[in-house]
Amino acid sequence: MIKAILIFNNHGKPRLSKFYEHYSEDTEQQIIRETFHLVSKRDENVCNFLEGGMLIGGSENKLIYRHYATLYFVFCVDSSESELGILDLIQVFVETLDKCFENVCELDLIFHVDKVHNILAEMVMGGMVLETNMNEIITQVDAQNKMEKSEVRL
Amino acid sequence: MSDVVEKTLSALPSLLSLDSQAGAGKLSPSSKLGNLIKGITELTSKHEEETLIKKELESIKEQVASPNTTMRQMKEIMVRAIYCEMLGYQASFSYIHAIKLAQQGSVLEKRVGYLAVSLFLNETDEFLLLLVNTVLKDLQSTNLIEVCMALTVVSQMFPKDMIPAILPVVEEKLTHPKEIIRRKAVLALYKFYLIAPNQVQHIHSKFRKALCDKDPGVMTASLHIYLQLIKENPESYKDLTGSMVTILRQVVGGKLPLDFNYHSVPAPWLQIQLLRILAYLGKEDQGTSEMMYDVLEESLRRAEMNHNITYAILFECVKTIYTVHPKSQLLEKAAECIGNFVLSPKINLKYLGLKALTYVVQQDANLALPHQMTIIECLDHSDVIIKRETLELLFRITNAQNVTVIVEKMLEFLRLTYNVWFIQTMNSVFSLGGDVMQPDIPNNFLRLLAEGVDNVEDRQLRLFAVDSYVSLLQGETAKLPQRFLQVISWVLGEYSYLREEESDPGSVMRLLARLLDQRHTSTETRSWVLGAMTKLCSSPVYTAIYWQNLHCYSTERHWLYKTKCLSSLFKLYLTTLIFEVDLIISCLSWLWCCFIPQVDSSLSFLDGYVSDALAAGAAPYKSPHQRQEDLVQEKALSLEPYGLSLPVSLSSCSITDRRSPTLLSMSSGLSGNSTELSHQEGSTTLKLEGVKRVWGKDGYLAQQQSAGETPTPLVELPSPLLSPQSPPSQKPSSGLEPDQEKRQLASSLFVGLGSHNSVCLVRLPSTVWLFIKNCQSANQSNVVKSLFKPFYINSCQSALHNLLDSTTVASEGGAATTTTPQQTSQRTLDHTTSNGNPHVEGTEQRVEAGGPLSLIRGNGMVAVVPPRDLPLTSHLPAELSGLARSEFTPLCSDQDSSLALSACRVYKEDALVLLVFISNNNDSALHQMVLQLTCKELEVYIFQTGLNNKVPLFFSEIPVGRSRNQDRNTRVSSNRDLEKPRIFCESFRNFCSPPLTVSTGDYGKMWLSFSHDLKQNLRLVTTEHQEPLTATLDALKGKLHLHVVDIIGSEGIVACRLLQGPGQGQPCLLHCRVHADSLAVWLRSPVPELPDSLLYHCQKALTET
Repeated sequence: MIKAILIFNNHGKPRLSKFYEHYSEDTEQQIIRETFHLVSKRDENVCNFLEGGMLIGGSENKLIYRHYATLYFVFCVDSSESELGILDLIQVFVETLDKCFENVCELDLIFHVDKVHNILAEMVMGGMVLETNMNEIITQVDAQNKMEKSEVRL
Repeated sequence: MSDVVEKTLSALPSLLSLDSQAGAGKLSPSSKLGNLIKGITELTSKHEEETLIKKELESIKEQVASPNTTMRQMKEIMVRAIYCEMLGYQASFSYIHAIKLAQQGSVLEKRVGYLAVSLFLNETDEFLLLLVNTVLKDLQSTNLIEVCMALTVVSQMFPKDMIPAILPVVEEKLTHPKEIIRRKAVLALYKFYLIAPNQVQHIHSKFRKALCDKDPGVMTASLHIYLQLIKENPESYKDLTGSMVTILRQVVGGKLPLDFNYHSVPAPWLQIQLLRILAYLGKEDQGTSEMMYDVLEESLRRAEMNHNITYAILFECVKTIYTVHPKSQLLEKAAECIGNFVLSPKINLKYLGLKALTYVVQQDANLALPHQMTIIECLDHSDVIIKRETLELLFRITNAQNVTVIVEKMLEFLRLTYNVWFIQTMNSVFSLGGDVMQPDIPNNFLRLLAEGVDNVEDRQLRLFAVDSYVSLLQGETAKLPQRFLQVISWVLGEYSYLREEESDPGSVMRLLARLLDQRHTSTETRSWVLGAMTKLCSSPVYTAIYWQNLHCYSTERHWLYKTKCLSSLFKLYLTTLIFEVDLIISCLSWLWCCFIPQVDSSLSFLDGYVSDALAAGAAPYKSPHQRQEDLVQEKALSLEPYGLSLPVSLSSCSITDRRSPTLLSMSSGLSGNSTELSHQEGSTTLKLEGVKRVWGKDGYLAQQQSAGETPTPLVELPSPLLSPQSPPSQKPSSGLEPDQEKRQLASSLFVGLGSHNSVCLVRLPSTVWLFIKNCQSANQSNVVKSLFKPFYINSCQSALHNLLDSTTVASEGGAATTTTPQQTSQRTLDHTTSNGNPHVEGTEQRVEAGGPLSLIRGNGMVAVVPPRDLPLTSHLPAELSGLARSEFTPLCSDQDSSLALSACRVYKEDALVLLVFISNNNDSALHQMVLQLTCKELEVYIFQTGLNNKVPLFFSEIPVGRSRNQDRNTRVSSNRDLEKPRIFCESFRNFCSPPLTVSTGDYGKMWLSFSHDLKQNLRLVTTEHQEPLTATLDALKGKLHLHVVDIIGSEGIVACRLLQGPGQGQPCLLHCRVHADSLAVWLRSPVPELPDSLLYHCQKALTET
């Protein structure tokens, strides 16, 4: 199960945080900081997996991350997820964002937090991987956007 | 941060204008979110951010409260609130409005409302109750998007108690015509199952329907449920194996629509999920496992290495194969597959490879062997995670032989990586655990800090501790537990000097003084603090502060504290320069007058304790004088049992000859080369341990050392054979050395993992050095080495091994060392056997006259170098010639047979002597012979003797304790610990006959009563006209005289008994069962070592057939 999905930039500023397990507000912030601390000090040529911080279950959980330009995408998962599977899921997520925002950049995530959340909701539901097919995700998101547009017209 | 700010700012206009072009109700430059973000990005400090967000939250609060705010505006406000929450600022006032938005808004607004709710709230929030009706309504809506939203929010968080309210509706969705709804409903139900398993029990049949759904997406979703269910209770779902296998086969076979392909791999995530489920199903279940072998094989085959995701599938596949009931063919393929991971240059794959190895070595430690070098490389990898995984792997292959090396590696890792971690963890342990902690935890911690040599690493650890404590003390100390404060003060007292006090030398002292001042600091802690201050006061700056405090606190009333003060004072008086004599006097007088009335010189308050102790049986008090007398008596006694060891005296007498370099150079006649020897001068005894490191990192150490001492140039040597004896600089390349070191490490790490490890390293292509070491310790590497010509002898090992095996020790897993630089024509015969076998290493021996052969008392080993062309028998030392002996067994010879090694056993009345003959078959004379015999377990003593100038003869004796058996033909229990014979020798037949005849019933009873057991798979013997089991048992019966009690179907029971030795007459029972291609044997015996030994002989017997 996926415990949390965090996106933050190179300076540790959170850009998206989604927890699938309940933590207190303070803990959530601490987890973000801790995760950033763990992930940011890793070199480029090391592996993309590491043990979770103390706050998010320690060695029970694993952090799987990818670093794109200014952003870190971190998935915190338990032992029931496949590391490489999640690594590619991050890729799918980013590719989907890229399609939806046309050349996605950090700013898109800042200004469209809600949209990013909606896209994520089509991929991961309650901590479980719902859909891994990018086209399918985009179809769903588009369907909602269409409705959005028609509503605006009204 | 500034670069981001700049980038963001420069990008803002274009982004905003782009958005306004796109229209769709997004951000306009004037949008409030835009302003907020713009505001935030312009900030430079955290404090400014805080003020800004607070202001923002105020304005949001105002707006949401206003009745004029439309739902549309509310949606925008919510996004801002979400943003603030994400940054860590609470916007709790907006929660209720988020719910309202979800309840009342249009679809679009509702979506933001739901999103805000799912981000703001959690299962336990009471607000959620307000949402139940909305969710229910939306679930029943005809608008698909509303239903989807409701299902999403339900799966994110839903109050447990409210599940029954919506359960029927969600259940209904399982039959919804839209697949996306069905899929989400399945996941929502799974979530319900996770939080309240009882609630959804009745719908298990519906899950099955979902599994068979025509849409693969729904089926995939249902696998989440099944993975969980099967993990919890695999037994109940065995019937699903067929379906799972079919699904996987279809997926692997590409039967799914192309949409499901990811990088042209069909539905990889689905495959991973299925493989996991199969692993759970097939675990320890042969029948079920058999169903999946085909599809697993197909998965392995189909997964071509072209993308990460195929590796993900392969990894899962390998894990499954090693989890389910084993099938050797598949295991082989999977092991091969692991190689692809481990050898991959991609670090992620390497990591997974290590992980896979870690998993599989639990079943077969030998699987790690092909990857030794990679593992060694990973051990030094810059990535901590890789390192850690490697250590995990090493941990799994730890055995008695490599444990020291592995533990060393682990400690090294801990020291390097975990200084910081360790101190931080201990800090939190101390501050949280506080005073409820057992006192030995801080004690152990302090001991750990204090222990160890004063090297850089230890110092770093201490320094880090000091630094972290100083920063702790600079903060709020009131909450720190007393025990932690005590630890802190001790550490600061001991190790503050490690800090380089560039700016403020007295800071530590002041911090400690502050502790003293604080009211919450307990008296005990204060005395610790004071102790620390005493240690620190060697510096004058410290002293001033210290003095102040000492003076102030000497007036304290508590006696413990006062004692401490007093002792501090004395220490100070003794160790430092104190000029304030008045102050001391005043302090002392103060202390004294408070102290005196409390002194009870008769210690009467202890009377009760003493009488209690005496009543409990304690010895009465003795004065020191009395005790001394007792001690003297004990000492006198302890002198007796140690007899004079003859070999020692002998070796020392031979050493006197050895020691003198002049004598040697004169006696060495033909060889003018005394370099080897000269480095030995000055050593008073022939200590083999000391000279063992002949081969070191930089080559041949002995020569290196001697080069400095002896000016004799090598070229002066008369014999051309000797001239190339290379100095270390002639080594082929220095680049090889790290490699060699690694190999050495590899051999020490992987020792004991299998007999082919030596082969493994020998095969390495550019191997100039072959270095395999028996790892337990350096002096246990057993090397027979003489400096002649390069040749590798592999056969030699097993030959000598076998010989020794049947004579002295039943040893396991030998490893051979052959070290020779090929370019230099240095002649080396290297030979290694394992534990307890001879070790012969480069020590120059000279021809001496006479031999103390008569002194062979115990079991011994003798090395003889006979001249050519004479039968070996004629070279038996006179004393041994008349005795019964075994055949001469040739052990090895080099390629052009210039040197041969053979051996035989001689049975003396009270000992077993192993004779090793080294014969020179060449025409040229032997000028120099370097031979050293050692034996770790048996303590070899070397005696040297000789027949004439050309034929040096040496022998050594292995004192093995008193031999138990006077009969020369019996086994020798050569172990120090005679009570527990670990070694069973001679042919097993000799002590296993006559067979133990028992009935099946007796067998059953005996079986249950024996406590020591062992399980192992053995090879099956196959003959044409017999069942494999019968054939195998017959073979064992023939070879080892075992008694076959009964054979029923594929199982057989066998019994035997130990004929002689300490465990005489003890039975050993075997239970054999044919399992696929092998024979699973289960041995039981009342003697712990017997099963092991018997098993070894069984293996040997079966290999021979």
